[in-house]
Amino acid sequence: MQEIPISRTLKFWEGLKEGRVYATRCTNCGKLYFPPNADCPACLTTGLEWVELSREAEIETFTHVVVRPTTFQQNKPYTVAIGKLKEGVKVLTWLTGFKLSEIKVGMKVNLAAKVTPEGSLTYEFTPLTAK
Amino acid sequence: MKKVAVIGVGNSRFGVRTDVTISELAFEAVKPSLEDAGLAASDIQFVALGSVGAGAWYEELLPAVVISEYCGMTRAGLVRCEAACASGSAAFFTAYSAIASGQAEIAMALGAEKMREIDNATSMEWIGRAGYYLWEFHNFGITFPAYYALYARAHMAKFGTTEEDLALVAVKNHKYAAMNPIAQLRNRITVDDVLSSMVIASPLKLYDCCPLTDGSSSVILASEDKVKELKIETPIWVAGIGYSSGTANLSRRPDFVGLEASALASQRAYKAAGITSNQLDVAEVHDCFTIAEIMAYEDIGLCKKGEGVKLLRDGQTEIGGKIPVNVDGGLKAKGHPIGTTGCSMIYELTKQLRGEAVEKTRQVPLKNYIGLAHNVGGTGHYCYVTILKR
Repeated sequence: MQEIPISRTLKFWEGLKEGRVYATRCTNCGKLYFPPNADCPACLTTGLEWVELSREAEIETFTHVVVRPTTFQQNKPYTVAIGKLKEGVKVLTWLTGFKLSEIKVGMKVNLAAKVTPEGSLTYEFTPLTAK
Repeated sequence: MKKVAVIGVGNSRFGVRTDVTISELAFEAVKPSLEDAGLAASDIQFVALGSVGAGAWYEELLPAVVISEYCGMTRAGLVRCEAACASGSAAFFTAYSAIASGQAEIAMALGAEKMREIDNATSMEWIGRAGYYLWEFHNFGITFPAYYALYARAHMAKFGTTEEDLALVAVKNHKYAAMNPIAQLRNRITVDDVLSSMVIASPLKLYDCCPLTDGSSSVILASEDKVKELKIETPIWVAGIGYSSGTANLSRRPDFVGLEASALASQRAYKAAGITSNQLDVAEVHDCFTIAEIMAYEDIGLCKKGEGVKLLRDGQTEIGGKIPVNVDGGLKAKGHPIGTTGCSMIYELTKQLRGEAVEKTRQVPLKNYIGLAHNVGGTGHYCYVTILKR
């Protein structure tokens, strides 16, 4: 597959390298976007400002993915969760550092930027104590 | 807008159909639908095809063209419709619109899908990408069962729905599939069979999931003038169609206990048809996973939000209950060839409303002669609701 263009969300990806997770905010209507939009679907303003997100998220739902797609065959089964931040935006990502039986809807977790051992830029939910 | 009726239907056997090409598979539905309507292939003026896997899961890139040649419909107007698992309903809406607008007098909505030419992990890859690839698949490898598992977990947390409740959907739909000769999974199962099956994406297990299916379904629609001219005995009228959509990113949804697209599409369909959910004799709902059927009861107004499980536990969605649902086996057990499903729902409703369900044990009692098809694409990414009336 050809590379996905990231020129307009470059600050987001660079932020992950620095341990920050950015959203965008519309300079006209004030709406906050995660994943970051470069353009505002609410008022069609272009060129949004970057806002660093807070770290504490509340888990709204989760699943443990056992049967995996081709590009994730090398991974062990993983847990995907959706968590809500105090700013109101939600994040879908992996939840790591817990036993499956410990994970509950409503629990608080930490949102962390991450660079994988292979050099991929990503983010994940981790236990609050792991800040 | 002109009145439009369904005048002919046909459906192939669903299952692993590595014995046929996409064209040969489509022929198995097209031929009986033409015979049912008393028409020749050359009478079809416009064909809308629902098919998702063109060039990905099966080899043809232009399936509408190759199928039309194979079935004798070359020179008709052609289009392929994509609305993920609601592509068949999008095709139905397109064919309906061609006639309602006066552009055509006879049109075909056709669904044809081949999902079994690729291996399971590749299927999980392709279908998992059917959301927002960049933000929710690329780094996180979420699969289609996992999308619905997120809804199942949230529904369980909010309403106390249990894994046993989910299993009841599978048990019911396998029971009816066992009576349906075109169904893919015709084995009757128990709650324990579901609970002891392997975990796919928790809390969903193998028997909570629909199979990957090859299959085709064909629906012929005609204007009121043509219905009279052809002396169609039992036309099944399109009473109303509603549609809506949901955000690509699941993280931008307000909650995970129902599909907003289903609620909006059904409200629009009821309004267009001038009916309420209480008037339905039968419903086909999108049960790609067991949780999806329970959410559908609530989203399309068969009960209040959070009361879907009660409807199910009380047997109200079986034949003899308040509103029989998926008495053909549903996606769960009849099978889910994703571009075909929407047309196959219309096939089943047409047979039911004519009172000619092939197997009498599956015939629902008819009071108002009204049926509803609820077809979701993706995880509430698309939704079409179609109401038919005899």
